[in-house]
Amino acid sequence: MDLYEYQGRDLFERHGLPVLAGGVATTPEEARAIAERLGGRVVVKAQVKVGGRGKAGGVKLAEGAEETVARATDILGMDIKGHTVHKVMITVTADVAEEYYFSYLLDRANRTFLCIASVAGGMDIEQVAAETPDKVVKAPIDAVKGVDEAQAREIVTAAGFPAEVADQVVEVAVGLWQAFVAEDATLVEVNPLAKTKDGKLLLLDAKISLDENAAFRHPDHEALVDQAAVDPLEQAAKAKDLNYVKLDGEVGIIGNGAGLVMSTLDVVAYAGERHGGVKPANFLDIGGGASAEVMANGLEIVLSDPSVRSVFVNVFGGITACDAVANGIVQALALLEQRGEKATKPLVVRLDGNNAEAGRAILDDANNPLIQRVDTMDGAAERAAELAAAGV
Amino acid sequence: MAIWLTKDSKVIVQGMTGSEGSKHTKRMLAAGTNVVGGVNPRKAGTTVDFDGTELPVFASVADAIKETGADVTVIFVPPQFTKAAVVEAIDAGIELAVVITEGVPVHDTAAFWAYNVAKGERTRIIGPNCPGIASPGASNAGIIPADITGSGRIGLVSKSGTLTYQMMYELRDIGFSTCVGIGGDPIIGTTHIDALAAFEADPETDAIVMIGEIGGDAEERAAEFIKANVTKPVVGYIAGFTAPPGKTMGHAGAIISGSAGTADAKKEALEAVGVKVGKTPTETAELMREIMSGR
Repeated sequence: MDLYEYQGRDLFERHGLPVLAGGVATTPEEARAIAERLGGRVVVKAQVKVGGRGKAGGVKLAEGAEETVARATDILGMDIKGHTVHKVMITVTADVAEEYYFSYLLDRANRTFLCIASVAGGMDIEQVAAETPDKVVKAPIDAVKGVDEAQAREIVTAAGFPAEVADQVVEVAVGLWQAFVAEDATLVEVNPLAKTKDGKLLLLDAKISLDENAAFRHPDHEALVDQAAVDPLEQAAKAKDLNYVKLDGEVGIIGNGAGLVMSTLDVVAYAGERHGGVKPANFLDIGGGASAEVMANGLEIVLSDPSVRSVFVNVFGGITACDAVANGIVQALALLEQRGEKATKPLVVRLDGNNAEAGRAILDDANNPLIQRVDTMDGAAERAAELAAAGV
Repeated sequence: MAIWLTKDSKVIVQGMTGSEGSKHTKRMLAAGTNVVGGVNPRKAGTTVDFDGTELPVFASVADAIKETGADVTVIFVPPQFTKAAVVEAIDAGIELAVVITEGVPVHDTAAFWAYNVAKGERTRIIGPNCPGIASPGASNAGIIPADITGSGRIGLVSKSGTLTYQMMYELRDIGFSTCVGIGGDPIIGTTHIDALAAFEADPETDAIVMIGEIGGDAEERAAEFIKANVTKPVVGYIAGFTAPPGKTMGHAGAIISGSAGTADAKKEALEAVGVKVGKTPTETAELMREIMSGR
């Protein structure tokens, strides 16, 4: 889960890291209250999870409450690269003398964490690394030992931070590592890490990703999810413990296993190239079990997407036997009818693997005109795409 | 001979008395795996009956090794307890730990991996969030269905569970030496490269299928490794060509961030070193079939 900047600022503040005083507003009136509390000159920043908001006019200075309200009114509701601004962060301003870069992130290749630090901050770090690689320090972090003062000082020295801020950077480096671990983050990026004209260090921006697998030890993280930004179908799926991602196409996809479903999306997209350019409408992994109830819940979600024209159910029976899956599909259709949501879109079903013959027989016996059985993955994708194209 | 798991492997199960653990212990036994016991400190000293096979429960992995000579552990404990379970297995010096558990926090995985490295990597860790490892006809450690295919001379390494099964099924008439599901998490104990190296060295493996998916750069690094170290033919498949950037597709590791981790980049890297990459699982199986029919 990626956090908004204001959530990152709050998180840093909770962990005792130096940030600018501020708050978040969803209305101009809330902005007024924050401006009055802060007093003086403030900066109003659009809260969107996309870069380039400054250029898009999403970051403005304001003097006093009235001007803050005006700027917040301008920015709220603005569209920045397809993201609507629902919140603005308002903070006091800082007199910045120098901008640095500091981050901790997951290093998949080395199966550990990495610290990246540079005195060339305030710009895209990948660009800095490409143009002046000697200005970027990358230090592997031992996940057991973590970052202590000694290692922090090594990093600070290697990156060439000026002597007058070195102690402060060491302190931030250790504190930021502690926050990174305590919050189960996979990324904390501070760009810029700023030195003010009076020599103080401030974390001026926050890019933070949290590990959703660690949610069980962070009940407070749930509140950080921006419900307004979550697709309503994804929300409904999550409530039913289904692994669903909404996509833009017309062919609904249900399968078992993340890899197989990803592969199904590809095969359908390829088939779509021959059938009017139809594409997968979603990713839905119903997992190993695939009981009638899970299948019914999955079908319900997929069929409630108005852009879906046909559905491809792609199951490889591994642990799960295909006859159980076939029964699940037949019962799911009956269950939906009972719920008053009778399916009307064609279902192309491919069953292979464990007990496939028995599963196919069950589908044939059900004699449901909506169910079309195709026994290969590629063939079934072709059929589902063809049906979706015909139904468009 | 196969890799890492043979008919001589003695397997214990951490979490054997839980619902998943007991279900799959039964399956592993039915597949001919030499399961010698389980670990659960609260039930130490008892036995569990699996269709007539009485398996002892030990207080710790160390006890289990001492009593049975176990060299493989399969871990089914819930994510909250996975780190402790793996650390215990490492401390006991087990050779192979197969971590099936899904949903392990990445800080925990990073921690047990760092711990393993500090201990000199005595323990090979497969997973977490993986289907395990199967050497058809010899032994099965994990949840890979045992009856899809028999033994043969293809090696398979895959990030995905069901795609592993699909590929085993497509090539079931040829058969496999060993199939390794390495898991789809961002940090995993055994990588494509580890498996490629082992298959290259295995006299019972003639050719290798490698299944990857979007996210990270493991496939690109595998390509470099293949160029320098692998003489056996390799065919590849990558899932997620049409996945949009920024969306996690089921596996925690399967996310395209920025320009990195795309299926196209992985395919290109593999093809540049002579690996044939199929567009679909079926096409990939056909590529392997052509290689094997020439032998």
